[in-house]
Amino acid sequence: MIVNILYFASLREQLGTANEQFNTDAATVGELLDQLCARGPRWQQALCDNSHLQMAVDQTVAHRDTPLRDGAEVAFFPPVTGG
Amino acid sequence: MSDWVRVQTEDFDLSTEVARLRAGRADIGAVVTFVGTVRDINQGDTVATLELEHYPGMTEKALNEIRDEAHRRWHLENSLIIHRVGPLQPQDQIVLVATASRHRQDAFEAAQFIMDYLKTRAPFWKKEQTPDGHRWVDARDSDRAAAERWAE
Repeated sequence: MIVNILYFASLREQLGTANEQFNTDAATVGELLDQLCARGPRWQQALCDNSHLQMAVDQTVAHRDTPLRDGAEVAFFPPVTGG
Repeated sequence: MSDWVRVQTEDFDLSTEVARLRAGRADIGAVVTFVGTVRDINQGDTVATLELEHYPGMTEKALNEIRDEAHRRWHLENSLIIHRVGPLQPQDQIVLVATASRHRQDAFEAAQFIMDYLKTRAPFWKKEQTPDGHRWVDARDSDRAAAERWAE
């Protein structure tokens, strides 16, 4: 299945990408993260070694065990700092 | 997007927004407004510009959820949230929260609640330009603590 992944703020800059279509068999956000982090140290550091990582699925706050569906919009971002 | 939640690059006028919030509503006896503005000093460094990034779609959804939650918890007649995005300068207005109720306590508490939740739940990120270059603003523990006090 295909998921659409978005990266925001410092994560977008660290990874050098704002969004991508990703072909995956991951059942959860956690499994998707493991696949992304396997790409190399930059990904591992930005996503998997990052205890402050926030995530959303279809624009709702999510966690590693949140299930994925075909066509899901998955977003990764740092803690928010608006206001 | 609801008419009472706006994410925009342009500035806002407090008087105009309060007038719109109260228009035709004689049942309103209290209006509380909070305006957040850009400081020229943050963590000891001069800030030349501030860039506000957000997650279009999720931002509006999160702000509407926060507003709905405030209306569930307090007796509000109306409320308004405006948040600006894009490049901002020191002294610029960033955010407006306005709450209207029959009596003041609901409006006071709801305005604080909305700001505390906005700061920890709405997907905005601030990037500062200082003499040493760009830096992303870190989330503050004090903001997390402020939001946690509203836990039910």
